[in-house]
Amino acid sequence: MSIYLNKDSKIIVQGMTGGMGSKHTTLMVEAGSNIVGGVNARKAGTTVELGGKELPVFGSVEEAMKETGADVSVVFVPPAFTKDACIEAVDAGIGLLVVITEGVPVQDTAQVFAYLEGKSTRMIGPNCPGVITPEESLAGITPHTIAGKGPIGLVSKSGTLTYQMMYELRDYGFTTAIGIGGDPIIGTTHIDALKAFEEDPETEAIVMIGEIGGDAEERAAAYIKDNVTKPVVGYVAGFTAPEGKTMGHAGAIVSGSSGTAQAKKEALEAVGVKVGKTPSETAQLMREILESR
Amino acid sequence: MEYQAKELFAKHGVTTTLGEVVETADAAKAAAEKIGGVTVIKAQVKAGGRGKAGGVKVAKTADEAHEHASNILGMEIKGLTVNRVLVTPATPPVEEYYFSFLLDRSNRSHLCIASVEGGVEIEEVAKTNPDAVKKISINALEGVTVEKATAIVDEAKFPAELRDQAIEMVQKLWQVYVEEDATLVEVNPLARLEGDKLEALDGKVSLDDNASEVRHEDHAQFEVREAADALESKAKDLGLNYVKLDGQVGIIGNGAGLVMSTLDVVAYAGEDHGGVKPANFLDIGGGANAKVMANGLDVIIHDEQVKSVFVNVFGGITACDEVANGIKGALEILGDEAKKPLVVRLDGNNVEKGRAILEELNHPLVTVVDTMDGAADKAAELANGA
Repeated sequence: MSIYLNKDSKIIVQGMTGGMGSKHTTLMVEAGSNIVGGVNARKAGTTVELGGKELPVFGSVEEAMKETGADVSVVFVPPAFTKDACIEAVDAGIGLLVVITEGVPVQDTAQVFAYLEGKSTRMIGPNCPGVITPEESLAGITPHTIAGKGPIGLVSKSGTLTYQMMYELRDYGFTTAIGIGGDPIIGTTHIDALKAFEEDPETEAIVMIGEIGGDAEERAAAYIKDNVTKPVVGYVAGFTAPEGKTMGHAGAIVSGSSGTAQAKKEALEAVGVKVGKTPSETAQLMREILESR
Repeated sequence: MEYQAKELFAKHGVTTTLGEVVETADAAKAAAEKIGGVTVIKAQVKAGGRGKAGGVKVAKTADEAHEHASNILGMEIKGLTVNRVLVTPATPPVEEYYFSFLLDRSNRSHLCIASVEGGVEIEEVAKTNPDAVKKISINALEGVTVEKATAIVDEAKFPAELRDQAIEMVQKLWQVYVEEDATLVEVNPLARLEGDKLEALDGKVSLDDNASEVRHEDHAQFEVREAADALESKAKDLGLNYVKLDGQVGIIGNGAGLVMSTLDVVAYAGEDHGGVKPANFLDIGGGANAKVMANGLDVIIHDEQVKSVFVNVFGGITACDEVANGIKGALEILGDEAKKPLVVRLDGNNVEKGRAILEELNHPLVTVVDTMDGAADKAAELANGA
């Protein structure tokens, strides 16, 4: 089992014919994902060969879904057009919408999020590496070669820390690893992923990676206390970040005394989550939990 | 800064007094003469608490304006040097209110905060009388219609005689928020002046960098370059994502999360090595080629505080051999300028090839360490010994 994504997922790519889109579609095909086509209104009716696979290009998400039965869309379209691409996919009724694009105006994301209300779509991102269920499917840009299948569920705001943690724990492997993104507003939160991992019978333990900014980690801690029975280990990046400076991710900023790494660590520890000082130490904490099973 | 916020207010028809922005005491005097009567001289820096720091003074005469301006210019407020002051007519408010629109991360929407109890002392009011500070959630799709603006004004209990003016101002402030792609539009104080006039007396606007990049070319004018650190300016010109910090170990890494984590790991390692700290945040992103690596190293080695450099890359999409070649190329480009020791940790995609390239290079300045924690320790040790 896994969450959100499995070997049966049929994936389309919005922005497949662009630079990022074609590069990562190739990598997704190589990872074993069932990519069934792409969307680009100007190139509708043509096909593109990526990763040794002949992929049809459709004029709209709706058409692509009708022709292929796709239930997942990965979005690589440039930030100025991301909102429209997302709304198109939501209108078409896509089940999972993975938005990789970095640099989306936050008011656009707020509108998309409001638009999701009452709809059947789950959005992940924007500004995220996406989802990987190792040895089954990849909807995003996470390298599929880092780690295989295993008992750990991973949720992280950061892409490279996702990779680092998968690498550290590659001897155990993962059910699913999700990068939820570093923007101030994102579609899927730590809490959503924790809930899904708690319900997934094959996930035995969860690694949660957070960073400075906002209060998502504190809210996740409160959620864990009441709802998560599986062991969770945590890691928070940004202890040395100065106040008022954006650290790479648009959402990674300490404002006054709120959003600090220390506060997040304390909130997690207060509900029994072991928090590592470094990624390696965090991996070690997970290893101890898995070894004592 | 205040004067920039006010320019945006005026652009969208929000009642405010622009005043004059000047950079010398003589110009302040001239501005005060032109305005006539009592004026206020206000330091223009991106920081709160300007009044408490002595950066806001009332001048009864033009000579006094000169005197205050010469004191305020050059002053440091929260580490920022004051390079300009705003000269405005003194308009003592009858009452002060607080109003803002801001991004509500927790609810993934927008929020309005309004209070008719106290303007500048809003934080105090929030503590002592939280019920007086109204928080009203805004649907991102619906925005602030006339009905919503009316609901906000009524909930905040603006005085009846100001109700219509307030409803209009709330709509115009929402225009500023949406049309400029702001993440914060704050009016503090929103003043009730003689004759029951509402005016935005002081304000703050934070803009969304992503949106500025995509659809607001005119926002570039709001960046005040001389206020930024010289190294930060240089990095920005080179297109690097760099933040200067106060430390001795220069940091280069890929991915915002990993770089933040690298800073932390170096700071922990520094505890055992004379308390050395990370000198900067620098994310070179996915494409760690020779040019980007050279640009990054170029900025970092010219930071005089830096004693050692830690290059921490996890090869995800990027292969480690490309990164290693990037380091090799960067050292060639920089030549004799690269005088500081480099500790390199590579992991992930093609790591063996990457390490082999660096081994073969056998550069006297480069040390390769296998783990992130180990490399941080080595970099801290070198920075402490230098």
